[in-house]
Amino acid sequence: MFKVLSNEILAPELHKLVVVAPRVAKARKAGQFVIVRADVGDERIPLTIGDADVEAGTVSLFIQAIGASTRKLVAIQAGGFIRDVAGPLGLATHLENYGRVACIGGGVGTAVLYPLVKGLAQAGNEITTIIGGRSAPYVILQKELGALSKNLLLTTDDGSLGVKGFVTNVLKELMSNPETCPKAVFAVGPGPMMKAVAEMTRADKIPTIVSLNPIMIDGTGMCGGCRVDVGGEVKFACVDGPEFDGHLVDFDLLRDRLSTYKDQERRALDRCSADKCKIGRS
Amino acid sequence: MTEQPKNNDNKPKLSAKERMALPRAQMPERDATIRSRNFEEVNTGLTEEMAILEAQRCLKCKNRQCVEGCPVRVSIPEFIGALATGNIAEAVRVLRKDTALPAVCGRVCPQETQCEEKCIRAVKAKPVAIGYLERFVADWAMNHPAETHETLTVTPTGKTVAIVGCGPAGLTAAGELARLGHKVSIFEALHDTGGVLRYGIPEFRLPKEIIDKEVAHLGELGVVIECNVIIGKTMTLEELRKDYHAVFIANGAGLPMMLNIPGENLKGVYSANEFLTRVNLMGAGQVADSTTPIIQGDNVAVIGAGNTAMDCVRTARRLGAKRAMIIYRRTEAEMPARKEEIHHAKEEGIEFVLLTAPLGVVGNSENWATGLRCQKMALGEPDASGRRKPMPIEGAFEELPVDVVINALGTRANPLLTQTAPDLKLNKWGNIEINESTATSIKGVFAGGDIVRGGATVILAMGDGKKAAGAIHEYLCGL
Ligand SMILES: Cc1cc2nc3c(=O)[nH]c(=O)nc-3n(C[C@H](O)[C@H](O)[C@H](O)COP(=O)(O)OP(=O)(O)OC[C@H]3O[C@@H](n4cnc5c(N)ncnc54)[C@H](O)[C@@H]3O)c2cc1C
Ligand code: SF4
Ligand code: FES
Repeated sequence: MFKVLSNEILAPELHKLVVVAPRVAKARKAGQFVIVRADVGDERIPLTIGDADVEAGTVSLFIQAIGASTRKLVAIQAGGFIRDVAGPLGLATHLENYGRVACIGGGVGTAVLYPLVKGLAQAGNEITTIIGGRSAPYVILQKELGALSKNLLLTTDDGSLGVKGFVTNVLKELMSNPETCPKAVFAVGPGPMMKAVAEMTRADKIPTIVSLNPIMIDGTGMCGGCRVDVGGEVKFACVDGPEFDGHLVDFDLLRDRLSTYKDQERRALDRCSADKCKIGRS
Repeated sequence: MTEQPKNNDNKPKLSAKERMALPRAQMPERDATIRSRNFEEVNTGLTEEMAILEAQRCLKCKNRQCVEGCPVRVSIPEFIGALATGNIAEAVRVLRKDTALPAVCGRVCPQETQCEEKCIRAVKAKPVAIGYLERFVADWAMNHPAETHETLTVTPTGKTVAIVGCGPAGLTAAGELARLGHKVSIFEALHDTGGVLRYGIPEFRLPKEIIDKEVAHLGELGVVIECNVIIGKTMTLEELRKDYHAVFIANGAGLPMMLNIPGENLKGVYSANEFLTRVNLMGAGQVADSTTPIIQGDNVAVIGAGNTAMDCVRTARRLGAKRAMIIYRRTEAEMPARKEEIHHAKEEGIEFVLLTAPLGVVGNSENWATGLRCQKMALGEPDASGRRKPMPIEGAFEELPVDVVINALGTRANPLLTQTAPDLKLNKWGNIEINESTATSIKGVFAGGDIVRGGATVILAMGDGKKAAGAIHEYLCGL
């Protein structure tokens, strides 16, 4: 049992949970994740370790309440418990000083981006961070990411905050000027966003690292459910990733495999809403 | 243990001739049509009368061939002898001395190629049903805790042992070491105990309640089990070495082998590990409203013919498959699965598509699997291993309509732990190398089970656990 110390709402349906897990806090590195199960009988789901405090023995998890399992998790209040937290899993981000880098986060991906930006800043990089969201309330971690970045640029689909349009529009502008063109790009967010970023940097051969989010069960290389195609080779995202060279990833396959349980998920969500558990929707 | 006079009523008084004439006991089974749609245990177990009568068939040979056939040398004639006299508590005591998980072994050991194959009675009639009797005695013990309660009288040694992995090898070693007075902690990567016994072998063959009881028994002996700890990730082997006097690595061979055929990434294509884990560990399809989803196909093809393949195909049938098929390159004679599983599978309406090798999975426009393209085979000349090698028949292809394909080709060693322990010597397949007393290349670190052997059997893993416990004890005494 893992105690939840705090549960804070960062954006609509996006929560930050601080959880007591001393061993994970001590061992984790940027880019790694945990597999979490809210309670007996619940699904195992992967969540990026947003941050960790070794002294306090805690890890921060950013959870977007989109499905039945994530809703159940964000409904756990401070003082409550998460049944299982296993990790840290996956490979750590390869951190080096590239010089000038662009870090791009879309939606909840921005939370995954946070430990990356922190690590890259510590490695001495000059960082331009681009955060995209549907509308103003969905643009998260501005303050935290702003403090680590030289420039912070915001975009929203509806123009309610920052530049109206997609993160790629802003990236394009950065790339068009040799003074601002990044030496490496890190992108975390929905598949189509990462794909668009990778397509944009491909011609100029700017190294582009993406963090993939396939369906996982064990997170230890045991089931192969998380398999992705990288450069024509099958990789298990939980042990070989989750970060890969964006220019080699087959994003269409990723999107396709992510849709495997679409129908079941919709039914679970309907059940959940029917069952008065409208948690995370308050 | 005390005598049990009440049971003597059951003891049939038979002449030697009558005993020789007794037919082998038949295992009572649930009806195949009904059971193939639910997860209840297929074999319901011998009754006490049946078990005691079957025990009369044993000749208590001086030259104990059955024991020779058993990888952990269970004192077979001795436990059967106690059972034959109706002293079941004594049979429990004898059995427990040699095996930590008798209720498991009685259900999943391939007796027909081990003890029962060697049984003298098989020469003229059928072998003694050693597996059924083992199961009966073990189940009796679980149902009679008061009569079989084990009290530890050993004084603590003050020595600590860390065990990596909570499968049969780890559990066996833990029990042995605790009985010797050592303080044992098991670290398990998953959220529950049992290893393959829980996430691999289905409920209808090995009820989870049995693993729970065996694990609870270890708890009574003072063994501490910590789940959600992945050695190599949460903690390193190096840390365990610092914090404990000795380490036993029993993390199994959990990495699935891929088919490496086109279409493997289509939706509806599973590895056996993923399919079985979803159902057995996560309850997908077993409990209404299970939160872990699974694709329940109408036409399911399982590639392979080992125990894992049989478990997958019979599980798919229980999840509702109209047509559940085994796809195998060779013939029934070469199938590596336990005979009983093949027999049960047939009763449950499983189709065996033999001399057939998969070439590729075919999908529709939405990338769901719709067919399995196959090459028909014929048996050729025997190869080096003496098995007749399947050869493709030129131009003979077949496409089977399917919506789920499960790859049960086997597993390999998972490198998660070993890649973070560079001093640990491995063979070319990534299995840990050990010497004849289970010691690895690192002092104080021992290993056993599938991580050493590659995918093997429960009883061999247990045998390794027992042997390692002995070696660890010796090592700890010398510290
Ligand atoms: C579906 C299926 C059916 C089978 N049927 C039979 C049968 O009928 N009869 C038979 O005799 N054999 C059968 N087998 C084989 C048998 O189950 C195995 O040989 C046996 O379980 C091996 O035991 P083990 O203790 O070595 O490993 P496992 O049972 O694999 O246990 C290893 C444990 O270690 C954990 N682990 C792995 N890595 C780490 C890590 N880094 N840190 C912490 N923990 C870790 C795993 O999660 C697992 O719980 C079957 C196997 C399968 C898959
Ligand atoms: S070989 Fe058969 S008959 Fe002889 S002791 Fe063993 S089980 Fe009994
Ligand atoms: S989640 Fe099972 S292998 Fe990656």
